[in-house]
Amino acid sequence: MSRRWITDLVLVGPAAIALILFIFLPVCIVFVLAFTDYQFGARTADFVGLENFSDLFGSRIGRKAITNTLIYAGIVIPTSVGLGLLVAVGLHSLSKTLPRISNALKAIYFLPVAATLVAMAVSWQMLMHPSLGLLNHWAVALGFSPVQWLSDRDTVIYSLAMIGVWQSVGYNMVLFLAGLSAIPETLYDASEVDGAESGWSRFWLVTWPMLGPTTLFVMIVTAATAFRVFETVATMTQGGPAFASDTIVYALYREGFVYFKAGYASAITVVFFLALLLLTVIQLVLVERRVHYR
Amino acid sequence: MSGALSLENVTKRFGNTTAVDGISLELKEGEFVALLGASGCGKSTTLRLFAGLETATEGQVMLKGKDVTQASASARNIALMFQSYALYPHLTVQQNIAMPLKLRRLNALQRLPGAGMVSSRARAQDAEIKLAVAQMADMLRLEELLHRKPGQLSGGQQQRVALARALVRDPSAFLLDEPLSNLDTQLRAETREEIRALHKRTGYPFLLVTHDQSDALSMADRIAVMIAGKVVQTGSPTEIFNKPASQEIATFIGHHRMNILPAGAGQSLHSDGSKLALGVRPEELSLVQKGGLQATVESITFHGEETILKLRGPSDVILRSVVRGRANLPDIGENVRLGAAVESLHAFSDDGQRKEITQ
Repeated sequence: MSRRWITDLVLVGPAAIALILFIFLPVCIVFVLAFTDYQFGARTADFVGLENFSDLFGSRIGRKAITNTLIYAGIVIPTSVGLGLLVAVGLHSLSKTLPRISNALKAIYFLPVAATLVAMAVSWQMLMHPSLGLLNHWAVALGFSPVQWLSDRDTVIYSLAMIGVWQSVGYNMVLFLAGLSAIPETLYDASEVDGAESGWSRFWLVTWPMLGPTTLFVMIVTAATAFRVFETVATMTQGGPAFASDTIVYALYREGFVYFKAGYASAITVVFFLALLLLTVIQLVLVERRVHYR
Repeated sequence: MSGALSLENVTKRFGNTTAVDGISLELKEGEFVALLGASGCGKSTTLRLFAGLETATEGQVMLKGKDVTQASASARNIALMFQSYALYPHLTVQQNIAMPLKLRRLNALQRLPGAGMVSSRARAQDAEIKLAVAQMADMLRLEELLHRKPGQLSGGQQQRVALARALVRDPSAFLLDEPLSNLDTQLRAETREEIRALHKRTGYPFLLVTHDQSDALSMADRIAVMIAGKVVQTGSPTEIFNKPASQEIATFIGHHRMNILPAGAGQSLHSDGSKLALGVRPEELSLVQKGGLQATVESITFHGEETILKLRGPSDVILRSVVRGRANLPDIGENVRLGAAVESLHAFSDDGQRKEITQ
């Protein structure tokens, strides 16, 4: 019995030390740096109070990065969760009648998740090329005028959002499929006997409420990835044209690793971290109580 | 046939396997029928065919003289209580019980929360549904629990909610799938009586599906015994118990498995035993001074009210005899003589069919 605590400590210790050294400590340092004008390589730094934060929220560029990220997340979260659910429900019922086709489709939908987004970005760049791209080719064939997918200031963020949705639908689908397979079949039988004749009413009576915990989890995961959008911006647009596709994490990268403004980059990190934390807490507090049935 | 609900020569196949093989079963108005069979014999599929959750491959399902073979479960309006109760975990007891009425009486728009504030029809319906739920809750002693979620209820309470949900909509028949299997012994006995009483009070035709022969014997007016996808015997509990139509049924029914003496072995018990297999229930096989059957006691098990003797009889047949009360018990290894009244003997031919014994 007296030896138990030694075993416990040995099991927990290494991971705990690594977490403290490589996560908690750096986070603390970032919080401190956020209030300084520290530059990478400099020997000293001055305390500048909230100046970094007022730069972020006060400047046109800072505000643009924030609104762009919000627009991006505002499109990607509901669309990819909705489509993921739709695809999962479809494939789940298809797997009872045509299991092979259903499995093949599952693999296809999951492909974007497994593929490297940076490599995929090259393909998307080709697809979205203004004169050679397949998308404009189709647009013209269908009688629309060609779209400047990545070089039009008013379009670029929506184009990136489209890629974001494409990338996360597969992941959400897999999570929803797991959730669907955990719903007891007898609940569907019961709803049928109770008079829920249409698939639609069975969906609202059984599927949707029973998927509550899954939906909450999918929302949080999707939100976290959507707010962190970086790869597509860095590889396809570099935030351009004229900061029209600048996002928070891309701005953070530019300020920190291109301009070496460690203090400002830290301030962006702090804001981003707090925003994500707040979002998660709100989701948990608001939704958690309504999705676990006790 | 003119029953409330009946299957006529119904067969159900899943791929190459035949789950239900040409069954005809009738449920008369106000009758309590038990469908009794071991697990995997197709009784659950039969129940689902009645309810409309499965569609028959062949044959017809008739409801009050109408062919409902292709009708959906909700169109048939047959209530079903699931073994797992299948309550909606996100709804309160009140909402669970109200759901069948809401789904039937209100359209999708009127089911939305707050519809009662806009539409007076929805409001009136809502009030009616509330009243029906309250009456049902009163009948099944659920008033206190109406605002709880199923997860907060005990097994017995959940079962009463499931009963209430099934009965609230005035069904054309009530099917119960293994209603007692999740309950402990004490609650089982109470629930048996409760379901009997419920049947008397409501007068709906009840169909009880069970693997437990004592549930079937104690609750039903009529029992249908099912073996390997077929109904092999239908009759009153006493008929099934006293005159089992085959050796298979005979050994399936009864708290203690019936002793079977193969043809030739039971000759000393009755002359018919030379050509036929003889069956005698352990309760009826007793130690008697002048009994015809010789056997050696192999083991003795004390069960409180009764003691079970395991014996080795002629041709090394294993026999069991139940001794009630404080009778004098033999020792292990002792040679004893066993006897049984002629009325308690059952005779079966080579193919397992019942033969009437010559008195």
